[in-house]
Amino acid sequence: MAKTIATRDAYGQALKELGEKNKDIVVLDADLSGSTKTGVFRESYPDRFFNVGIAEQNLIGTAAGLATSGKIPFASTFAVFATGRAFEIIRNSICYPKLNVKVAATHAGLTVGEDGATHQALEDLSIMRSLPNMVVLNPADGVEAKKCVFKAAEHYGPVYIRLGRSGLPVIFDEDYDFEIGKGVELGSGEDVTIVATGIMVKKALDAREELLKEGISARVINISTIKPIDNDIILKAAKETKGIVTVEEHNIIGGLGSAVAEVLVENYPVPLLRVGVKDSFGQSGTGDDLLKKYGLTVENIIEKVKNIYNFK
Amino acid sequence: MDNYKDYKDIANDLRISIINMLYKSQSGHPGGSLSACEIVTALYFKEMRVDPTNPNWDERDRFVLSKGHAAPVIYAALSKKGYFPKEELSNLRKIDSMLQGHPDMKGTPGVDMTTGSLGQGLSAANGMALAGKIDKKDYRVYALLGDGEVQEGIVWETAMFAAHYKLDNLTVFLDHNGFQIDGRNKDVMNIEPIDDKFKAFGWHVISIDGHNFEEIFNAIDEAKKVEGKPTIIIAKTIKGKGVSFMEDQVGWHGKAPNKEETKKALDELGGEIDG
Repeated sequence: MAKTIATRDAYGQALKELGEKNKDIVVLDADLSGSTKTGVFRESYPDRFFNVGIAEQNLIGTAAGLATSGKIPFASTFAVFATGRAFEIIRNSICYPKLNVKVAATHAGLTVGEDGATHQALEDLSIMRSLPNMVVLNPADGVEAKKCVFKAAEHYGPVYIRLGRSGLPVIFDEDYDFEIGKGVELGSGEDVTIVATGIMVKKALDAREELLKEGISARVINISTIKPIDNDIILKAAKETKGIVTVEEHNIIGGLGSAVAEVLVENYPVPLLRVGVKDSFGQSGTGDDLLKKYGLTVENIIEKVKNIYNFK
Repeated sequence: MDNYKDYKDIANDLRISIINMLYKSQSGHPGGSLSACEIVTALYFKEMRVDPTNPNWDERDRFVLSKGHAAPVIYAALSKKGYFPKEELSNLRKIDSMLQGHPDMKGTPGVDMTTGSLGQGLSAANGMALAGKIDKKDYRVYALLGDGEVQEGIVWETAMFAAHYKLDNLTVFLDHNGFQIDGRNKDVMNIEPIDDKFKAFGWHVISIDGHNFEEIFNAIDEAKKVEGKPTIIIAKTIKGKGVSFMEDQVGWHGKAPNKEETKKALDELGGEIDG
């Protein structure tokens, strides 16, 4: 079996490496340091790690204050609490004054699994994308997650990084050159384009393999920067293929599908179908069972690609 | 001989500026700005280590106006201190002005934190104080909190944190004028006993008359000597202080005076309409 890494584990490792290089890095957590993996940083740099307790609003507010005084705070908790509970502090105390805070939220999406709907953020990309000054990142594997964390630290200003609980197959080589705002073509294709993000990128690649067997050539694009989105790579695909299927572990409202739709409609409209959670909450279950239940499958991607392929 | 005459004069000047600003913008919050004039005067004109020619100086003492709607008092103080020309005050709340309705750290020199959404300023002040501890710097962080504001949950998250991390470089003033938009605190949502609440959260608590300079200065000095605890100075104040018809009135929380009211207020303060 191929090697798997959870993006949250990659986050913990990245923080540890960053902490060594940059003394301005400080890490805050709201009583979930074992789960978010900020505990890895704490072990190496206890003087620069602060547990705020179960208090997400103050997690973000304190991070804002630290940023005004030259620190580069990474604030972590589960995505539901970071972007929901603390939303307005992110808006008014981080994004509006454009402070250099990184909100790195783990346990996003259905693959939280057994904890159920209260803990499965399916709207975080949508919420964070709507905030001016916010950069929104959603890495597809452990390698990309680490690079996202490094680039986020180099970027001056607010960044949201969406991380997951479950182990993911490794897609990228270590020498992959991640850049904020740049999508990457992971598989060439002439017929239809699959634009995927996060944990769904691997499924998009699997769908491409299956489709090839049937003579359909699907291009696969990884969009890990949800905002600012890479217009060029999307428009190029729109011009060179028949249409686009977006794939995300997120509500189809407001996330990648919406972002791609905005680019297409204003520039070069082509058929678009969205694979994602259809405006519902999740439930308890294993990650795999949940992905199947809510249609986040290779089969569903294939079906949508064929729909576009067969458009007149 | 009045030892505090100079400071009283400054506080009075701030009040004159506040009335003028609000008159010109025909918008803003007089009551909670007027109640904080002595506190802000004490901080900016005696206590705080700041340099108006270098507003972002790393070593400066910080001030966070957590009750951001009292922006006029801080704008009046900052312009008097020399951070920007007094003429700017005429542009309060106007389009493209550096003086936003609530403090904007990116637009206004001397504003240390963007505030306006209640409770958030205190949390940011926490972070500033923590940064000072991490870097072993000797700057102090001051925050001004409204009394209605303590109804926000984040205030208590922050209160717990500041005590837990022993942020003795943080001094918070509570502008306890007894009012919030919908009425008296005790009628809307009782906050008392507010001193006991902060004590129970592990803070050093000092109660003073927030219009008495001697008490304000003594409290600031006492706070600086406290080790291992943040301090809150509960300053009993009068909403609308200094303008007879605004004093202790809920109606002057967020309303600008008309010309006649402005003249009357300025007469009482010994000022006149600018420009």
